Amino acid sequence: MGRFLLRRLFSSLFVVFGVVTLVFFAVRAAPGDPVASILGEQALEIDKQALRDCLRLDEPMAKQYALFWGDVVDGTFGELCDERGATVMDKLVDAIPPTMELALASLLVAMLLALPLGILASTRPYSWVDNGSAFVALLGISIPNFWLGPMLLILFSLTLKALPNPGAAVTGLSALILPAITLGTALSGKLMRMTRSSMLEVLGQDYIRTAKAKGLPNVRVVIKHAFRNAMVPVVTVLGLQFGALLSGAIIVEKVFARPGLGTLLLDGIEGRNYMIVQGCVLFIAFTYVLVNLITDLLYGAVDPRIRYE
Amino acid sequence: MMSFFDSFKVPARARTGLAGFGFAIVALMMLSAILAPWIAPYPVDYIDITRQLEGPSAAHWLGTDENGADVLTLLLYGARVAAIVGSVTVVACAFTGIFLGSISGYFGGWVDEALMRLTEILMAFPGILLAILIIFVTQEPSLLAVIGALSVTGWSGYARLVRGQVLVEREREYVEAARALGFPKGRIIFREIVPNILAPVIVQATFGVAGAILAEASLSFLGLGPQDSPSWGALLDQGASYFLLTPHLAIFPGVAIMITVLGINFLGDGLRDWLDPRAIQKT
Repeated sequence: MGRFLLRRLFSSLFVVFGVVTLVFFAVRAAPGDPVASILGEQALEIDKQALRDCLRLDEPMAKQYALFWGDVVDGTFGELCDERGATVMDKLVDAIPPTMELALASLLVAMLLALPLGILASTRPYSWVDNGSAFVALLGISIPNFWLGPMLLILFSLTLKALPNPGAAVTGLSALILPAITLGTALSGKLMRMTRSSMLEVLGQDYIRTAKAKGLPNVRVVIKHAFRNAMVPVVTVLGLQFGALLSGAIIVEKVFARPGLGTLLLDGIEGRNYMIVQGCVLFIAFTYVLVNLITDLLYGAVDPRIRYE
Repeated sequence: MMSFFDSFKVPARARTGLAGFGFAIVALMMLSAILAPWIAPYPVDYIDITRQLEGPSAAHWLGTDENGADVLTLLLYGARVAAIVGSVTVVACAFTGIFLGSISGYFGGWVDEALMRLTEILMAFPGILLAILIIFVTQEPSLLAVIGALSVTGWSGYARLVRGQVLVEREREYVEAARALGFPKGRIIFREIVPNILAPVIVQATFGVAGAILAEASLSFLGLGPQDSPSWGALLDQGASYFLLTPHLAIFPGVAIMITVLGINFLGDGLRDWLDPRAIQKT
């Protein structure tokens, strides 16, 4: 376990190193003069020079790279050029809570939808429950979330008037419901199929037959004996799909005009703010790497049979 | 790989039927992409400013947009963008993936180590995040830039799939025989091994087309798609700003995307049954 932990940590650190390097070079590989594209061709020379100094464009590449690492390591992700004294992290700190709120709510929606349906489908394979859930999963995967969002808005906010129209000054839980359903639906499809096939595999094993033979009630066998062991692949899918959730949040935030990382990123793109864009990309990638690391380490906790090495 | 029916007992005939249905949708979409200039009711640049934001009518089956352009015409031309992005991206990704993945798997050692670490780094950017960054940096959201950005990030999945298959395959006897015959390594890899592992790659590539179409639509929806041609995602983006007035503008492009993705997924499942029957035996 100790050696595995060390190796896993090391490989995550390596990926972080690669991500930082890739983002650094991708941003600097931009054709043309970034200063001209930010300020426009007609800008005053003094403004151009100030921005050039702020973005450190006149430094040698190796020094830029080292300074870039400095910004990442001290957690500021660099200082903003258009706002004195503010760092990219200050912006991120404001944007992270709404996005995390959305991601966690979507995860909840996905699990509430997927786990019961997946378990139910696995206990009655090939029944109408099973086929019905497969159909729902298929729809969930094929409907793009930037379309589902507007459709839900038309249905619930305009036609049924049941939920507030987001974008207006609505806060609180109800403004979270539609975005979370929009983002959670796609994930729930994948999760449902995974839960079902993993459950089917476990339900076919000998210890389940033993548990049933002991006369334990069926619900207890399914939930306590089978489901716990079927969780391992499900947790993997959850970890891997968390990234899809983060990148899906960019779109859902735009659909529902919600604040968050995606909105920050898109505003950064609109305003050609390199610092903000690279900060958002780095932060999302770091989060994803971290979640995958945690997922890997969780295996052992969910299923003690797993021995590393 | 996800399949909707891999654990779900649809009678063989129904499965073939669904695959056929998927094929029909894909064929229809390809046809509209190719024939758009001839079958579209209006020229692509036609606008009638007296008929903006109209609902479906006899003259405009799917209504008009905010400029008075015909939505059906735009959707038909949008099929071109989807078809081009879907096919070119997947071909580029699959070829790069097969090439690098087979080298990685066959030679092992530091080549393998380096390539696999590279794929891990690329995979640390979830979804379209890296594509967003690349398009932001290149500053020209053209069709080519979108395809390029999606290909740069998309090959790693194929490479990992191919590598895994090659690792198994290289120990087989026919490879040993080829080695004993003194074939050069390039021939062993690309003429002996690769043809034997193509089935799962083709299946993944089929689903990849759906993924690329969705990714392009997402980028266009975010305003980062090709600006030079009407894309379904961009139409949806415009439509979304008017959906309070006229929902049809947002509905139809979304339906087009959904049906296409659904059709490709059906087709992919059918292809898997046909090409790679081992994949469905597990459950």
